[in-house]
Amino acid sequence: MSVRYNISDERPSEPVSHPRYQRFDAVVRLLRPLSFVALLLIAWHVAVRLQKAPILPGPLAVGSGLIELARRGLLLKYVVASLFRVTWGYLAAAALGIPLGLSVGWYRRAELALNPWIQVLRPISPLAWIPIAILWFGVGDLTAIFLIFVASFLPLTVTAMNAVAIIPEVYVNVGRNFGLRRTALLYNVLYPAVMPQLVIGLRISLGIAWMVVVAAEMIAVNSGLGFMIVDARNAGNRYDLVVAGMVMIGIIGLLLDIGIRSLERVPSISWGYSDD
Amino acid sequence: MTSSPAGTPAAPAVASSDKLRADGIGMAFERDGGSISVLEDINLSVRDGEFVCLLGPSGCGKSTILNIMAGFVAPTRGEVRIDGEVVSGPDPRRIFVFQERGVFPWLTVEGNIGFGLFQLAPAERQRRIAHYVALVGLQGFEKAYPRDLSGGMKQRVEVARALAVNPDMLFLDEPFGALDSITRLIMRSELLRIWEAERKTIIFVTHDIDEAVQLADRVIVMSARPARIQRIVSIDIPHPRDISSRHYLGLRDGILEAIGLAHKV
Repeated sequence: MSVRYNISDERPSEPVSHPRYQRFDAVVRLLRPLSFVALLLIAWHVAVRLQKAPILPGPLAVGSGLIELARRGLLLKYVVASLFRVTWGYLAAAALGIPLGLSVGWYRRAELALNPWIQVLRPISPLAWIPIAILWFGVGDLTAIFLIFVASFLPLTVTAMNAVAIIPEVYVNVGRNFGLRRTALLYNVLYPAVMPQLVIGLRISLGIAWMVVVAAEMIAVNSGLGFMIVDARNAGNRYDLVVAGMVMIGIIGLLLDIGIRSLERVPSISWGYSDD
Repeated sequence: MTSSPAGTPAAPAVASSDKLRADGIGMAFERDGGSISVLEDINLSVRDGEFVCLLGPSGCGKSTILNIMAGFVAPTRGEVRIDGEVVSGPDPRRIFVFQERGVFPWLTVEGNIGFGLFQLAPAERQRRIAHYVALVGLQGFEKAYPRDLSGGMKQRVEVARALAVNPDMLFLDEPFGALDSITRLIMRSELLRIWEAERKTIIFVTHDIDEAVQLADRVIVMSARPARIQRIVSIDIPHPRDISSRHYLGLRDGILEAIGLAHKV
């Protein structure tokens, strides 16, 4: 080759500071949200102290509530119980919903047949399934898992369906041109082509699943963070434990989201978001 | 191979060494209840190892011909035979090179070039990838993703991916249309170098008259829609071609005249 190319980088990159300041930058980047959280906690504390009537427990009461739960061994047990249900319900939904959505999106005739059903089922809140879930599975883990399955199954199916429908035809043609048939085409072209959309769908439905597990546990079981909240109120109006449960739900929800968002930075997936 | 007289439709010579034969290809699309004819009575034969350019205005249906020849689209009338077999679908022995759009964004340069080599043993696959990375001058970019490459580099990834499976035919659909003029010139001479080294049969669609006259053994001049073969011009100048020679300019003017554009700009 007579001409050498450099990597063309037309996207403006963040200004890079001198190496000496980079560690300092990292500290600032970490401190900024942390100091904001601290500020909110202080505001919460002051607001509760100024209030005569007990509207909400303060951060200190909630903190000691969390410590109390941890000492009694309930905190870890309930967190594990909730995560256990979400994991199974969510994985089952992904294992069934994604292949279903991909094939429905791929075969237009299947889409015509199934789409009305999906559109009717979609607006029904997963919580409306609680009575039926109890009828089928009784009171216990299976009911909660089923509800999470119901909540995440349709969003995942619909995402996969739409993602297949918008795959540029040229990718499919390239796959066919190189002699790929059915299964190979699915694994080597369809699947990677829909991954960016699919990760967004996985992220949204994980958020839904985590919300639904709390509701399911309030009704169908006697463990988990949702149960903890209801139980704390029923057993002597322990609102410090109620808020402690809410805080745990929020923190774990955030961690789950961060976990799944890290997928968005995998190079074989991140190409789908490059025009942000 | 015959060069038909100006103005008359081509009557291809049928020889036993024909790589590809198109017989009475017609294509019509249904639209708004009516039928729009895109191609009418395309007859063409291409020799083994020949470089043929399909030249015509944008939207005339030359890409449709290429898609029919590659087996992506079935014609409404007629049939295409390659090596005597009727084309009924795409085949790894004949690779279609899209503009850079066909590069998979989720694979690295290596992954893209090795895409068609899934039947090879890993060591042989690596060897083949390395060979074609070097051929198109992308050493050092093996692990790069397409989003970090320029348009010209992506185009070379596509060409390398096509060549890596050692096809005996290449279909190129305005492959250099999206490139800047300097890269386009480099890519043209690269393509000629590869073609002279590996002697593949190439069918190249373009709307660029100079490109066609610089590259092809024969230029098939298409009319506007519905596309017919208007004229076939043999470019009997050996490579590398002197693009300021009298003969070259004469052939080029002949094509301009056939299109009805001579000395009008």
